[in-house]
Amino acid sequence: MAETNGKGAPHLLEFEHVSKYFGNVLALKDVSLDVDAGEVTCILGDNGAGKSTLIKILSGVYQHDAGVVRVDGQEVRFTSPRDARRAGVATVYQDLAMVPLMSIWRNFFLGEEPTKGRGPASRFDISFAKKTAREHMAQMGIDIRDPDQPVGTLSGGERQAVAIARAIYFGARVLILDEPTSALGVKQAGVVLRYIVRAAEHGIGVIFITHNPHHAFPVGDHFVLLNRGRVIGDHAKQGVTREQLVREMAGGAELDALTLELEGVVQT
Amino acid sequence: MTAVDRNAAPAPPDERLARVSVVTRVLKRPDTGAFIGAVAVFLLFAYTARRVNWAGDAGVWSTWLNTAAYDGIVAVPVALLMIGGEFDLSSGVMIGSSGLLLGILTTQANWNIWPSIVVVILFGLAIGFLNGFTVVKTRLPSFIVTLGTFFMLRGLNAGATIKITGGVSINDIDRAPGFGFAHKLFASTVWAKYNFGVAVLWWLGLTIVAAWVLARTRFGNWIFSAGGDPVAARNVGVPVARTKILLFMTTSAVAALWGIMTAVSLRGMQSNEGVGREFEFIIAAVVGGCLLTGGYGSVVGAAFGAAIIGMAQIGIISSGWDSNWVYFFEGVVLVAAVMLNTAIRRRAERAR
Repeated sequence: MAETNGKGAPHLLEFEHVSKYFGNVLALKDVSLDVDAGEVTCILGDNGAGKSTLIKILSGVYQHDAGVVRVDGQEVRFTSPRDARRAGVATVYQDLAMVPLMSIWRNFFLGEEPTKGRGPASRFDISFAKKTAREHMAQMGIDIRDPDQPVGTLSGGERQAVAIARAIYFGARVLILDEPTSALGVKQAGVVLRYIVRAAEHGIGVIFITHNPHHAFPVGDHFVLLNRGRVIGDHAKQGVTREQLVREMAGGAELDALTLELEGVVQT
Repeated sequence: MTAVDRNAAPAPPDERLARVSVVTRVLKRPDTGAFIGAVAVFLLFAYTARRVNWAGDAGVWSTWLNTAAYDGIVAVPVALLMIGGEFDLSSGVMIGSSGLLLGILTTQANWNIWPSIVVVILFGLAIGFLNGFTVVKTRLPSFIVTLGTFFMLRGLNAGATIKITGGVSINDIDRAPGFGFAHKLFASTVWAKYNFGVAVLWWLGLTIVAAWVLARTRFGNWIFSAGGDPVAARNVGVPVARTKILLFMTTSAVAALWGIMTAVSLRGMQSNEGVGREFEFIIAAVVGGCLLTGGYGSVVGAAFGAAIIGMAQIGIISSGWDSNWVYFFEGVVLVAAVMLNTAIRRRAERAR
């Protein structure tokens, strides 16, 4: 039975008791979570927590072994990345799938080039591509100086913006961002966090995967904490403080033990 | 998306674009260096070969343009292939293979020349497919795969020619039915007074078509991405393998076309024809701004590169120097052009 969000409509995306095994290694166990349109869902977890497995199930790279995944209340099972994209689930990977030597507008439409004319005269609609790329970047709040600029000359944050704007333009309703801030400096990370909020304002359900609670806290509407393949916490923004997130992320009691141990080391 | 963003910035006004100066725009083009180089080489020979009236005599122009077309035609697909991230070292020897095949079909099997030409082009496409398919499937460097093709074809050319004719060449292709029109189309002179070869028109036409495909079509976008970052391209749905195979097929087919044109022009074919020319095609492409690592370059630049080679081959002789210096000159041009291209690109990318 599909659950609903507060307004009676089904959740945009829903995981119900989803598990995934690799042989007898447990990658995800009994994971349940909801993603709603216009909200940022942060998935927090340390290395090996199961974040990558989760992304890969969502993007159609892996199939889950147990449980149910629903989009708009309908059960789905993505068997290929193309399948997921068709259902409106777009993933922006860390490498961003962009070609550094190519211009912004060429990258924006790479693989989905708009054409005009027919038959042998069919050609890439360049003026449309340039105009659209610039407009959609502007909607993300980024004013590109020149759409002919190679993507390789953009900053890390701007490159993320191109990737996000591209996913939105091509009809993403669920946007999965895999560690978009982890390779960035403090200022650039702030810029990307603003794009994440922008994307949610566009009515997209954003899944923000990160291991950094300080990046997640300011933008997230709700927070799912993963550890060793299980959900160890699911909080709405109102019900949690930044300190609590940091503590749970670090493993709560384990952190206390570690602190004690380190203090012991320092004292001796 | 239909959602309206209340905070959306207004569309950037156009004067922001004008901030990128025209000079920077021109310098950013991959073919600018080749154009400057071609002008410089032209001026050099205008001085050193002034006794033949290098700059003013259309007959001199036609001589070096005919020579340049010789490299320019095959340099066009070689440049596309390099932008697509691959090499073809067998493009030179393909000229010999296809010319010899044409000779065998017309003089040994006594075919009409037109079906023979069709078969030779198909042969070129097939060899290109084998090159491309092997590279894509084995993921070996194309340098190695096509080096293998190069040596296999080289041996085949010599071996098969001796076996069939007992000599090192095939002659009398002009006795084939239909030769007259083929000669008109592939090897005639278009401006008889100054002896411009029809090959110059083929060169010009192929360059225009390829430049259009590269800059203005979906396939052009795929070529850039296949060379620039094949993994990223595949992740967004670009058929990278198909793109690369098609580029290999185009390269071999154009080399076969040039083999046909050479055979028709000479009315015969030597079994060692074309060997070593692959490097001149690559030089033309690299001088034209193609990066060896792929993802960047220009077909128009490759045409300028071929023009430089054509001028060098004629200009050195016209200046009264020994023709062996042509190789030396080409080597200097290659290194100088790559340094110039790199410097221009770095400057342009800083000054954005």
